[in-house]
Amino acid sequence: MARGLAAGEISSRELTEDFLRRSERWQRTLNAYIEITGDRALATAKRIDALRCRGEKLGPLAGIPMALKDNISTRGVATTCASRVLAGYIPPYDAAVVEKLGDCPLLGKANLDEFAMGSSNSTSAYGPACNPWDPARSPGGSSGGSAALVAAGCAPFSLGTDTGGSVRQPAAFCGVTGFKPSYGRVSRWGLLPLAPSLDQVGVLTPSVEDCALVLQEIAGHDSRDATSAGMSVPDYRAALGTEVSGLKIGLCPEVLADCSRGVGSALAEAARELEKGGGQIISVSLPFLEEAMGAYLLIASAEAASSLARYDGVAYGYRPLSPTLAEMYLGSRVFGPEVLRRLLLGVCSQGKGGGNYELGQRVRRAIVSRLDALFGQVDLLLLPVVSHPAFRLDEEPDPLAMHYNDLYSIPANLAGLPALALPCGFSEGLPLSLQLMAPRFREDLLLAAGSWWQRRTDWHHRRPREVCS
Amino acid sequence: MTEMPVIGLEVHVQLKARAKLFCSCPTDFGAPPNSRVCPVCLGLPGALPIINNQAVLLAVRGALALGAEVSTSSTFDRKHYFYPDLPKGYQVSQNLRPLAHGGRVPTPMGQVDLLRIHIEEDAGKLSHTEDSTLIDYNRSGQALLEIVTAPCLSGAKQARVFLEILRRALVYAGVCDGRLEEGSMRCDANLSLGGGGRVEIKNLNSFRGVEKALAYELERQSRARAEGRTVLGETRRWDEAGAATRVMRTKGQAQDYWFLPEPDLPPLVIGADLRRQARGDLPEMPWTKEKRFTDDYGLSPAASSGLTKTRTMADYFEAVVAAGCKARQAANFLLGEGSKGPRGAGLPSPGQLALLLCELEQGRLSPTGAKAVFARMLTGETAREALRAVGSQLTDREYLEKLAAEVVAANPKAKADYLGGRKRALGFFIGAAMAASGGRAHPALLRKILVSLLTKNKV
Ligand SMILES: [Zn+2]
Repeated sequence: MARGLAAGEISSRELTEDFLRRSERWQRTLNAYIEITGDRALATAKRIDALRCRGEKLGPLAGIPMALKDNISTRGVATTCASRVLAGYIPPYDAAVVEKLGDCPLLGKANLDEFAMGSSNSTSAYGPACNPWDPARSPGGSSGGSAALVAAGCAPFSLGTDTGGSVRQPAAFCGVTGFKPSYGRVSRWGLLPLAPSLDQVGVLTPSVEDCALVLQEIAGHDSRDATSAGMSVPDYRAALGTEVSGLKIGLCPEVLADCSRGVGSALAEAARELEKGGGQIISVSLPFLEEAMGAYLLIASAEAASSLARYDGVAYGYRPLSPTLAEMYLGSRVFGPEVLRRLLLGVCSQGKGGGNYELGQRVRRAIVSRLDALFGQVDLLLLPVVSHPAFRLDEEPDPLAMHYNDLYSIPANLAGLPALALPCGFSEGLPLSLQLMAPRFREDLLLAAGSWWQRRTDWHHRRPREVCS
Repeated sequence: MTEMPVIGLEVHVQLKARAKLFCSCPTDFGAPPNSRVCPVCLGLPGALPIINNQAVLLAVRGALALGAEVSTSSTFDRKHYFYPDLPKGYQVSQNLRPLAHGGRVPTPMGQVDLLRIHIEEDAGKLSHTEDSTLIDYNRSGQALLEIVTAPCLSGAKQARVFLEILRRALVYAGVCDGRLEEGSMRCDANLSLGGGGRVEIKNLNSFRGVEKALAYELERQSRARAEGRTVLGETRRWDEAGAATRVMRTKGQAQDYWFLPEPDLPPLVIGADLRRQARGDLPEMPWTKEKRFTDDYGLSPAASSGLTKTRTMADYFEAVVAAGCKARQAANFLLGEGSKGPRGAGLPSPGQLALLLCELEQGRLSPTGAKAVFARMLTGETAREALRAVGSQLTDREYLEKLAAEVVAANPKAKADYLGGRKRALGFFIGAAMAASGGRAHPALLRKILVSLLTKNKV
């Protein structure tokens, strides 16, 4: 696509119009956008076409349209976090990633779980987004809209955010490539926070190759984010053609046993492929997954309660007429039930003195050192993303079971590791995914293994049939 | 009842940083409302804080100036509470691991020990009109240094004296501009008396207010105890107009804070370089200077205190002495005539002033003449030019005799009084002759001539 643009075979405007048409068609089925920003997209596309005509030097992604999860600040475009609380909030500034992708026409803001709290995209105040493989099913969450749009071919790529698996799990449910970079690799400036010590912007694309292109554009130090990593960004495209031979890949047999049969066998098959390619599969044990989830819940809920403290209803969104300050505060808190549940968990877990958060952080430090030790033995970890394919939206989810969706994703967030979700099979017409995890700032290893995998397989080429409703 | 009260203070000091604590918005006072704001200090979601190094340097300098122990690594915490002046729903402060511990401030009524010193951000400013509340976020996010004393102050007066000395020290160190009327220093006080409840008083914007509020509260509490009533622990505020403290919150309504380590900011590491830089240009503290002035120059405590009010004044005084003037002479002049005129840059150079004061010291110039010379020097004349213009004291015997004769001839009644035994009339003649000479007549010589003239005529 980028080559087509560069060669002048197709204009950004034509490309953008195509994607907008497709987006409009799918929107009734998927509800994957909160807002489609066609005028803005076309304005950018025309600007880029004009620049290209004049022979200006443009970035590799210039003119390629994109969708952004609606918790990423876009100047002049409403940013809702899928919550009534933020209704009408139009940020006066762009997120760092939006600045970096300023030459990409913005097709629209993608649906998500309210304040990115959830794994189903069913808690959105704008209604659930649906899975293009089966609209009765969840696209995953919280970046459900972003994943569904790429899967349905409505957007060439999208950005999501990943706090405990929120890019990888929807990527798995929708059968697309989902990448969560190391903590600090991509600036969080302008990302509406859920849990700032865990949040990271992630990329959703049809392929690892595309993923490398987008990652290259958005990675790098940002002086506005004190948690941003100072180190330089390698050329990710250089990793794309490499082999997996000689790579040591850790696999945990107990984890495979816990997966649904489809996922378990797809992963076992993937391991055999990697071995055929010269990789060395090493059996490891991950006895800390449950602990990691406990620590995650304590940390994420406390940080979320803090992040959302600003939405007191005075400065943002919906405000009922109330005679007193106290009533105004109470009346304008229009969070949905999942957000309220987590806020309560967050505030209550603080008690006096914040002991539970500290406990969570202690466990987290222990897990980080165990993962460090593990990565002394292996180069990569092979895991499922989720133990099962996408669930039905009408299955009333048990909140705790929903958290188990993130069981295999959370360690990467706790330790700030990069991780990649890759399509690796199908079960009853629904995509399955594997996950690769690497040491911090070894995005290149993931891209190398991922692109090797996609040269060997065609799972990522499969696309859902367009369903018209 | 004569129980000693237990008083502690929390002082919020605005650091003299050009930009706010976590963004680059300027901190100039008096800008139009909400004109010094950005996503960070407005608390817009997704905006992130970046620590202002100048503010950190000033904070470290302040802590070192007060003799506190600065931690190598301190951390930021979010202090959550709901109030409209707090755009994020929390204030970024330092709770668990503050910037510094300890420290002390000597006062004439005993040393005041400090418990901790930490950095935090200021809130917005609310102004209430009749039917609405307006918020100005220009102040939101400005860098504050919070200084917490031990509960060791013994009275309202000491609290005020402590604050004045603290202010002087922080202005000396260049940490704070000390402009109280602009809210540069704000204070909360807490007080308990003889085992009664701990009462916190908020909203104290002037040192006089602190003194008055504490005095009022001491009086209120001891009266309550005398009448057998229990003093409840509660939060009160000082009502300046009503000259009384009023209940803000009782214990049951206590503000529930909760803290979270700030995930957006790494620990604040104060390395050896920064510490050296902060200590490097730290001046002598006012209390040390004051003692040295008393010891080395033999000045009275009042004169030492007066001269050390500002660093400029103290430095100027020392330069004048170094230029050859007697210390007491310089002190008297600077606290007298010198304190009425301009400050700092407007003053003549110390060497020039020393020249003038030497003339005075050696009697070649009367105090009135010195005043005139000084006034000319303030307009830019050198000491030599001004002395020449005013002229040195007149010792010309012939001129003084003529002057004396004229004055005596013009005032026959006073002359009669003098001759009738009222010696005080002599003063009248001296004054009149001095005035006629434009303050230049040599006083002792003039007196001698007048006495001999009046006595001679008698015979
Ligand atoms: Zn600002």
